[in-house]
Amino acid sequence: MSDLTDLTLTQAIVALHKGETSSRELTRACLARIERLEPSLHAFLYLAAESALAQADAADRELAVLRKANSQSTKPLLGVPLAIKDVLTVEGLPCTAGSKILEGFIPPFTATAVRRLQEAGAIVIGKTNTDEFAMGSSTENSAYGVTHNPWDTSRVPGGSSGGSAAAVAARLIPAALGTDTGGSVRQPASFCGVTGLKPTYGRVSRYGLVAYGSSLDCVGVLARTAEDVAILYTIMAGRDPLDATTAGAPVSKIEFVGADGRPPLRGLRIGIPREYFVRGIQAEVEAGVRQAVSVLEGLGAEVREISLPHTEYALPVYYILAPAEASANLARYDGIRYGPRIQAESMWDIFYCTRGRKFGAEVERRIMLGTYALSAGYYDAYYGQAQKVRTLIKRDFEQAFEPSRCCAQVDAIAAPVAPTTAFPIGAHGDDPLAMYLEDVFTLPANLAGVPGLAFPVGFDGAGLPVGMQLMVPHFREDVLFRMARAYQQVTDWHMRAPSL
Amino acid sequence: MPLSLEEVEHIATLARLELSVEEKARYRQQLSAILDYIRKLQELDTTDIPPTSSVLSGAGPLRADESRPGLSREALLENAPEVERGQFKIPPVFESHV
Repeated sequence: MSDLTDLTLTQAIVALHKGETSSRELTRACLARIERLEPSLHAFLYLAAESALAQADAADRELAVLRKANSQSTKPLLGVPLAIKDVLTVEGLPCTAGSKILEGFIPPFTATAVRRLQEAGAIVIGKTNTDEFAMGSSTENSAYGVTHNPWDTSRVPGGSSGGSAAAVAARLIPAALGTDTGGSVRQPASFCGVTGLKPTYGRVSRYGLVAYGSSLDCVGVLARTAEDVAILYTIMAGRDPLDATTAGAPVSKIEFVGADGRPPLRGLRIGIPREYFVRGIQAEVEAGVRQAVSVLEGLGAEVREISLPHTEYALPVYYILAPAEASANLARYDGIRYGPRIQAESMWDIFYCTRGRKFGAEVERRIMLGTYALSAGYYDAYYGQAQKVRTLIKRDFEQAFEPSRCCAQVDAIAAPVAPTTAFPIGAHGDDPLAMYLEDVFTLPANLAGVPGLAFPVGFDGAGLPVGMQLMVPHFREDVLFRMARAYQQVTDWHMRAPSL
Repeated sequence: MPLSLEEVEHIATLARLELSVEEKARYRQQLSAILDYIRKLQELDTTDIPPTSSVLSGAGPLRADESRPGLSREALLENAPEVERGQFKIPPVFESHV
């Protein structure tokens, strides 16, 4: 067998069940590769090597019993190592959210999304790097140092789930969890050449997720193939009594259309929103996306141009709503109940000093922006107006997906993920607005709550991955997987590996 | 219209953030630029548009309002910077320090 770390999640599951490898061998192979490449990538904030190997041994014993009895495991992920973005809690493992204000925090509970994967047999190998509190598009805002893009270590991996994206791209781990509030799964997936899902809002429980923008936050998956992403998504999705915003709607069954000779995407209509192909987009990104769309067309899909007229307002809406929600969510970090405390004379001074010294600059900026937008005299003009414009953005999507409108109706929307490929570390220096503009194509899906899937569709002249995203109506993740899988069966961009 | 230094200080007080002189100056400039960009929203007429508070239609089902086991006091205090007699410890709140 070739290098174990080259296995996709699906291949690893098969190899484990057939006994071609053991969970210990697979986990050790990941740990060995992490040890070799971490110095140049810094994808991880914490490694749980010992507990992962102990769990691997336990999984191997279970797998041996199953093989002897010639029976299938009820745990689809038995013995598979995974990495978790450090904004999701795993009981007993440090959780910093990339912030000094949570340094040393050991959560006493496990996030529902992680728990469901563990119950399916998965092993948590470690926690991956993230922009502080998931606020950023490059992981440069992590208080613990930047993650490097495996395709070019002088460049960012994207963010905020940059650690997870880099880890999957560099074959440190077959799959990892990320979170997407404004593009934080899809953009790093695109920058690192992996497949990344932002599910429908409310589809995967947020219990145990360090809250940033609660009306936008989604737990997502990064892996090498659409099939791999679908496996983890299906296990995590569904109602959770611990998160009242999780939807009760049944999880749509993932059906990959079989080889019956028909074009796999026949009958599907893809919309190309003209607002996503604007001045400033890198020519190779536009070319890559258009090329990928013609591949989908060749697979039987129908393509038409559509309009999402309020796209340009997504960025200002997001940068009011997300900071406003963050300013409330991050009020809990006060040096009283967890995290470090800067001792002071009064309780008030503890708040001021602990928060002022332990939060990083981007977090302070967003807290202040949100506080301002919610403050007396400005509420209607900023927060109120943003909530209304959010309705307009949501309606853009509803109209595009609306079955009764004969001329505009589509099943999926195809668009670039980001205006450019991965940018150099430090490129946006101290210009937060320039960094925000990186999110311009990913924000609308979060504001509308629709699911999106990013996957690699080529490379630019510098050898950096180009990504495309598909967006579909609420709860139709099955369409995303079907389309991306059909694409990945006739292309091999997703199987390319960086030389490291 | 840039934020004034007083406005920046007022926001920092509301948000309970201790800022240095340099930070105040930097955030004043950066937040002003961001707010300038955000004001783009004012150009839209939203008179009859309802605000979106949740993207999913219909309220989620509520669970029964019953007590259930939660985390233990020990587990919850484990991460606290200062604890006394099974409680979080803070400096006196109702005393004045002169």
